[in-house]
Amino acid sequence: MAIDILIAEDEPSIIEALDFVLKRAGWSVNTVTEGDEILDAVRRQSPRVLLLDVMLPKRSGFEVLKQIRADKVTASLPVLVLTAKGQQQDRRIAEELGADAFITKPYSNADVVSTVRTLLNGSTKT
Amino acid sequence: MTLTADLVIATAVAYVGLLFLIAYVGDRHTRNRTGGFLRSPFVYTLSISVYCTSWTFYGAVGSAARTGLEFATIYLGPTLVFVGWWFILRRLVRISHDQRITSIADLVSSRFGKSSRLAVLITILAVIVISPYIALQLKAVTSSIEAIAGASEFGRGSLEGWDDTGLAFGVAACMAMFTILFGTRNVDAKEQHHGVVAAIAFEAVVKLAALVTVGVFVVYISGGADAIFANAAAAGIEVHSTYTAADRWISSTLLAAGAIICLPRQFQVTVVENSDENHLRTACWLFPTYMVAMSLFILPIALYGLTAMPTGSNPDMFTLTLPLAAGNDGLALFAFIGGFSSATSMIILESIALSIMVSNHIVVPIMLRMTAGDGIGDGLGVRRLILNARRFSIILILFLGFSYFYLTRGSDALAPIGLISFTGVVQFLPAVLAGLFWRDATAKAATVAIFVGFLVWLWSSFMPSFSSSSATVAAIMADGPFGIGWLRPQSLFGLEGLDPLAHAAFWSLFLNTTILIVGSLITNQSALEHVQAALFLNVFRKQAGEANPIRSTATADDLFLVARRVLGHQRAVNLFSEEAKQTRMPWTNLEPSTAFIRQLERELAGSIGAASAHVMLSKVVSGDTVSLEEVMQMADETQQAIEYSQELERTSAELRATAEKLEVANRELRRVDMQKDEFLSQVSHEVRTPMTAIRAFTEILMSHRNLATDARERFVGTIHKESLRLTSLLDEILDLSTLERGERVWENYAIDAEESLDQALGVCDALARQNNTTVKSGTRVGKAIILADPYRLSQVMINLVSNAIKYNEAPHPEVEIHSRIRGRNYVVEVQDNGLGIPEEEKPHIFDKFYRGRSGDATPYAGAGLGLPISREIILRMNGKLELVSGAEGACFRITLPLSDEQEVSQSG
Repeated sequence: MAIDILIAEDEPSIIEALDFVLKRAGWSVNTVTEGDEILDAVRRQSPRVLLLDVMLPKRSGFEVLKQIRADKVTASLPVLVLTAKGQQQDRRIAEELGADAFITKPYSNADVVSTVRTLLNGSTKT
Repeated sequence: MTLTADLVIATAVAYVGLLFLIAYVGDRHTRNRTGGFLRSPFVYTLSISVYCTSWTFYGAVGSAARTGLEFATIYLGPTLVFVGWWFILRRLVRISHDQRITSIADLVSSRFGKSSRLAVLITILAVIVISPYIALQLKAVTSSIEAIAGASEFGRGSLEGWDDTGLAFGVAACMAMFTILFGTRNVDAKEQHHGVVAAIAFEAVVKLAALVTVGVFVVYISGGADAIFANAAAAGIEVHSTYTAADRWISSTLLAAGAIICLPRQFQVTVVENSDENHLRTACWLFPTYMVAMSLFILPIALYGLTAMPTGSNPDMFTLTLPLAAGNDGLALFAFIGGFSSATSMIILESIALSIMVSNHIVVPIMLRMTAGDGIGDGLGVRRLILNARRFSIILILFLGFSYFYLTRGSDALAPIGLISFTGVVQFLPAVLAGLFWRDATAKAATVAIFVGFLVWLWSSFMPSFSSSSATVAAIMADGPFGIGWLRPQSLFGLEGLDPLAHAAFWSLFLNTTILIVGSLITNQSALEHVQAALFLNVFRKQAGEANPIRSTATADDLFLVARRVLGHQRAVNLFSEEAKQTRMPWTNLEPSTAFIRQLERELAGSIGAASAHVMLSKVVSGDTVSLEEVMQMADETQQAIEYSQELERTSAELRATAEKLEVANRELRRVDMQKDEFLSQVSHEVRTPMTAIRAFTEILMSHRNLATDARERFVGTIHKESLRLTSLLDEILDLSTLERGERVWENYAIDAEESLDQALGVCDALARQNNTTVKSGTRVGKAIILADPYRLSQVMINLVSNAIKYNEAPHPEVEIHSRIRGRNYVVEVQDNGLGIPEEEKPHIFDKFYRGRSGDATPYAGAGLGLPISREIILRMNGKLELVSGAEGACFRITLPLSDEQEVSQSG
């Protein structure tokens, strides 16, 4: 069963908020909370977009991104990186690793929704 | 006027008193003014006239009466030296000024590498050799007093009962006293005695005036010089045409020439007392003129005496006895004073010169050796010692003179005694001349040469003079020792038929010179000898005041010697061969250019420092000697250079250490800086996370007005919870930051730690129940007085207990609290029965913002600051918070020192 969006995030409050906003926008949403579960979830659930937090327990978001891009099956998956650190360095690393979008926490819900929409549209075209 | 012995003696004493006055005034005069009359070339020349002693005053007449014109040789020799070879004197004076030479012994020793052995040898020989000469003066004075006493109608006066010997002893004792009073009042660094010289010059005038007056008187009463010669011829006295053997003429001329240089007193007045080299210009014509004046009337007096005086009269005393016989007592007294002047001036100066040699070359070195290491800081003591040494020497010298007089009293002629001394003293001449003009003369050769010359003199000149008083000597004279004919003193090695004087002079000087030359050719010079020889030979190459820049006046040899000593043989050879190659000159003819000397100086400077190198090369090149002080100074400089380089080394080591410390500090700073960045990054993350939730839910609430009430309430509750989280996070960050800066924002005072523990357990009670966790109190102390802040201590305990409750995943979670006293400490342990802390997390458990695996998964995810804060708090209470390893589950332990109060209650 394919879903629209997979959220990889460990903060319960943030998960709840994202889940609420994205579902209201009309997309199907699933969540993983630990870094080493993401790859498996992506393969099985085939999300059209991945919302990836950088600071995750067990495996960092950047590491997961690297693996996703290295795997032929998942290489083209649009990824939106979320980070609470907010340094320029994180944004640069994310771009180098092939993130499609980058949003700093705390974010505006509207930004997240519009970025996800853009990514979803982009992926439908391709 | 009636002349008596007493009057004569009284006059003599008065005369000596006058001399004292002159010496005293002379000293005062030169001390107050530099220059002046006493430093004129005339005074200098007159003082040189100390050469004319009573031998000249009385003996020359006697000599002329016995052997005719031979007496003139005694004047001829010095005249030749002063007129013909004055450059020798100039060289002597220049060298002695440059080298601060104080005596003939000093001169020879200095030239031959400052050989103390040579100095001692020459000093001892001089003292022995001069004793006949002193005896001669004693004899002359004694004879002159006797002559007056014998002629006096009042008899011997207070001399009644005194024989010749007693009189001579009295004269010697008085002379010793005069000399001590004159010459040893103080020690002068340059050994110059201006007062004495003034007195000597005065005496020179007196003796010349006396002799000339007697001469004029004689010519006058005899009716003119022509009449004297005519009468003499008529009486069959042909002394003026008496043929004297050529060998004797040559010998005595040569001996006199040598003596004017080598006699200690002549060296003293000519060289040591010289205050201006230019005075020699005057002396070289004025001194011969003085001698001509002295000798002008010798022959007339002798001839007149021979004709006018009864047969058997002592011709040596004609100068005195002719006026006496003519009844002119006043003139006789004047003549006596003239002769007395001649004798006293000689004795005083000779003794002073010899005493300087004895004290400088024998007494002081021995004293220095004996007191070596004690440090002769007491200059006054040394001065007194030197003066006493000189006084003793003077007494010794006069005693030796008297002894000689006593042993040879049988012989009555004056001149032969003088010639014995001349022959002896001339043994120094070969070494002196070689020292001045021959670079290769060596100390070893000079020492042996002088010694052998002296032995020959002792055997063939000195000893024979005792033949009249000793039968043994007479026997040796006739048959040789043990009958060995070729060892007969006056026909050594079978050399027969020569005049005894010529014989002694020939053999002594021949062997002396031969040994010096051959010995120098087969022996080597020491380094110091080489340097000194160069200084002596190059004395006139140096221009006054030309020390810098170094000019090329040194020979390549000298430079090579210095270079080799400093740089080592190989480097020196390389340098010099390079220079030789460039200038296309053979080594031996190498004329060191200024550039080469400068290069050499640079090379030396590399080894011994620039200052030392310059000093050293200057010494060699401009020809100044290296004094002990300068050598010490150089050594000091070298030492300083070594110390400086050690200092540098130490400083650079310190610098290296400092650089290392800086490097460490820098690394630490970078680490801290990175930590700070990391910390800020973590803080940012920790703050942004609740902020993200708050913003997200706030926006949801704002944009979705039609939310269900329960959802709305849940969202508002989340916002509130995240706000609180944010606040406590910020509180913790500030708290930790304060603690980490080392500040303690509370007061420690004596409290019961158990109370704080109970309070913490009470706070955690609700949490425990919520988690179904059993909190058990194990062993408890009951009361533990420690120094702490109760609120802060509770904070730590709450943190530990709540952690144990929150992160305990056991099915039946339990937390057990123990407290006990261990030694002087209060110990609390919080133990849970959970999974414990994974091994890889243990090192990070107290890191800031570190959250263990379990910490994240639970709904209690904190900021990860609880443990670091707790640890800092306990640290500020002088205690320790640690994770107990090896425990099942997790166990944290607090250790806090008990206060003194607790210890008292425990022991009491």
